[in-house]
Amino acid sequence: MDSPATYLHWGFILISVPNLLVIAGMLVLFAVALVAPFPHGAEADDGRH
Amino acid sequence: MDATKPLIAPAPVSDKPQSWTLRVRQMIDRGLPIDHLLPDRQPYYVGSWVYVFGVVTIAALAWVIVSGVVLSFMGPQWWHDSGVGRFFNSLHYWSVQLFFIFMVLHLWGQYFMAGWRHGRAATWMIGVVIFGISILTAFTGYLSQQNFDAQFIALNAKDAMNGAGIGAFFNVLNFGQMYGLHVMLLPIGVTFLVVVHIVMVRMRGVVKPIDAEGTAR
Repeated sequence: MDSPATYLHWGFILISVPNLLVIAGMLVLFAVALVAPFPHGAEADDGRH
Repeated sequence: MDATKPLIAPAPVSDKPQSWTLRVRQMIDRGLPIDHLLPDRQPYYVGSWVYVFGVVTIAALAWVIVSGVVLSFMGPQWWHDSGVGRFFNSLHYWSVQLFFIFMVLHLWGQYFMAGWRHGRAATWMIGVVIFGISILTAFTGYLSQQNFDAQFIALNAKDAMNGAGIGAFFNVLNFGQMYGLHVMLLPIGVTFLVVVHIVMVRMRGVVKPIDAEGTAR
């Protein structure tokens, strides 16, 4: 934990592995939120509340 | 003096009420009726996990504030040297990580659904300002840790602040200034703007999906 993070370097892109993993996890979570079924209540409302 | 005349003149007849408290109450009634402020039902399109990111961000902010109040009350030696203190220190740190992660996910969701449509531009812009102040709050938090990390960050950041011309007003080597900003002014700013942001969402409701354009707001 106290050692410096490993960095990945492609051209002008320089990012640590932990930061890359966080961003990858966020992208996965966002994609899952778009497609995962959402539990609905007994009745839905199509009006503005 | 004519004893038949009343001492108090009758109020002038006008559509606009003279009492400012009445005017404010009527304005709130029109703009934010209680069923909009605390709705028990939402439109069908709100049934998606994407809409949960905002409320998770608020939940994380609540943990940030609770753990931060405990840390500020107990002090640096407690949060560095005791087991419970280190637990609250970690709780503060990791709830901030979740706050930022879910705030960015909320931002992505609102960006792709163009959440600023139909008079919601101010709501969007307040969200942008909250994001900016949150970054400043996190930065001053790193400077307030009272450890070598904080010193390292301050010593390196001072050159960037001086290069930007704000070092005289925002001195990262001044612990008192950074700590005061972190525990007082900036959290009040974030919390106040989050409340305004939520109230504005409640006033206009959640924006309709783009493919439902043309229908009533």
